[in-house]
Amino acid sequence: MRSSLSQTSAHQPSSNAPLIDRYKRLATWLLFIFVLIACSIRTEVTPYQLVVGLPQMGSLLQEMFPPDWSYLPTIWGPMLETIQIAIMGTTIGGLLAIPVALLCAYNLTPNRWISIPMRMILNLVRTIPDLLFAAVFVAIFGIGPFAGMLALVFFSFGIIAKLTFEAIEAIDPGPLEAMTAVGANRIQLIIFGVMPQALPYFVSYFLYTFEVNVRAASVLGLVGAGGIGLLLDRALGLFRYDRASIIILLTLAIVLMIDYGSAVIRRKLL
Amino acid sequence: MKLDTDTLQRPISSRIRFWVIAALMIAIYYWAIQGMQFEGLQKTAGSVSKSILTGFLHPDWSFVYIPEGEDLLRGLLDTLVISILGTVVAAVTCIPFAFWASSNMSRQWAVSGSGKVVLSIIRVFPEIIVAILFIKAVGPGSFAGVLALGIHSIGMLAKLYAETIENIDPGPEEALLACGANRLQVLRYAVLPQVIPQFLSYSIYRFEINIRSATTLGLVGAGGIGTPLIFALQVRNWNRVGIILLGIILLIILTDLVSGWLRKRII
Repeated sequence: MRSSLSQTSAHQPSSNAPLIDRYKRLATWLLFIFVLIACSIRTEVTPYQLVVGLPQMGSLLQEMFPPDWSYLPTIWGPMLETIQIAIMGTTIGGLLAIPVALLCAYNLTPNRWISIPMRMILNLVRTIPDLLFAAVFVAIFGIGPFAGMLALVFFSFGIIAKLTFEAIEAIDPGPLEAMTAVGANRIQLIIFGVMPQALPYFVSYFLYTFEVNVRAASVLGLVGAGGIGLLLDRALGLFRYDRASIIILLTLAIVLMIDYGSAVIRRKLL
Repeated sequence: MKLDTDTLQRPISSRIRFWVIAALMIAIYYWAIQGMQFEGLQKTAGSVSKSILTGFLHPDWSFVYIPEGEDLLRGLLDTLVISILGTVVAAVTCIPFAFWASSNMSRQWAVSGSGKVVLSIIRVFPEIIVAILFIKAVGPGSFAGVLALGIHSIGMLAKLYAETIENIDPGPEEALLACGANRLQVLRYAVLPQVIPQFLSYSIYRFEINIRSATTLGLVGAGGIGTPLIFALQVRNWNRVGIILLGIILLIILTDLVSGWLRKRII
């Protein structure tokens, strides 16, 4: 399909473009296709396998229905634990994010020797996915919700701090200048100048991260970090796909409910 | 005097609301703290943390390249390859979904509405669960990882694509229709030229997300660097965990730089 597109475009007025541009475009496409072929050779993923593999997926989905509704009371407790993990992880991460966000913002911390290293630490924290954090913390603190909570603390810290310091940098500088002019100190500046402007954004980002964390917490159990994922792992290991499907359905329902609730609150805030 | 009561009236109702919300928050946090088991983890945590720190400070450099078998470079290469393939699979398969879900491409409201619902259902499945399902279906390995990333990314990419399509300038389309172009010609000469750069940019952005996911897919057996990482964690080989995490961080920073550069060139 791609080659036919480039052929037709050769007959269009755009063929007046310099020859070198066309060669460049052709080279880019060739490179792209070459990379794709190399990738599919490396992983032995071919379109043929794709076609063969999808029916197997269908039969798996067939096994998942009907869901085992009698399993619902058993998974209710771990589901609540999942939400607890998400609440605690988001809260602690969010509280830790506040001072770091203040230190990262150029308009509050003009000293680049502080703000730039802080930003680098934030970028470093954000490169590591939550499940990797969870896997490491499970190894340190043992299997259980505490490891999951810590993983989410680091994860939410990275997101909230980044979003919040960008919000702080975008605030109106007028009140800050006025307060500096009448001799407010740094703490007063933050409480009366920055907080009123940045707090709605902070709460909104906090809730958004909470949504992400509920989804993340539901799979943390796969590496042993507590929550509903532990039961999902067990159900899949025992080939009880009917149980797995009820777990997935309940998780989806809870996630959608929390998404909806937090979206309503966020719309009120901003 | 009247002024005073006026200013007093409002604070009381808002103060009641404040306390209700505060009580609610305290109840929620009291409940949430119950779920954490703090006891029984301080005993070994100190010594383990110390050995982890020394492990991270002395990474196992010999693991970077081993001529035969699983090493860091091959794991990272697999991760990169899985995320490239997954992104390409998603970027191509989501185009019909995007046209399905965009409200200006179909006349009936129900068509685009149903498309949006399907996309949000795809989006709420975490990719790691999709990966596990595919592992059960097609067996462990990179293939399951590619499929998981491909399917999961459709949800988000098609939504972004659909929003792009909804925001295009209708002028060229109307002009072509007025000249008697058919639907395919309108698509080719009015719609695609406007949306392709944005599509590419979103796909590259999704690639950045996918490479982070791809590092974790191996934890459940879907190929990539996660598999050696989970093995190293299980045998408490902290030097090896250190070098693998270092490799992951470097890979992600590098791909972020490259994709940021690419996105800037496209738009």
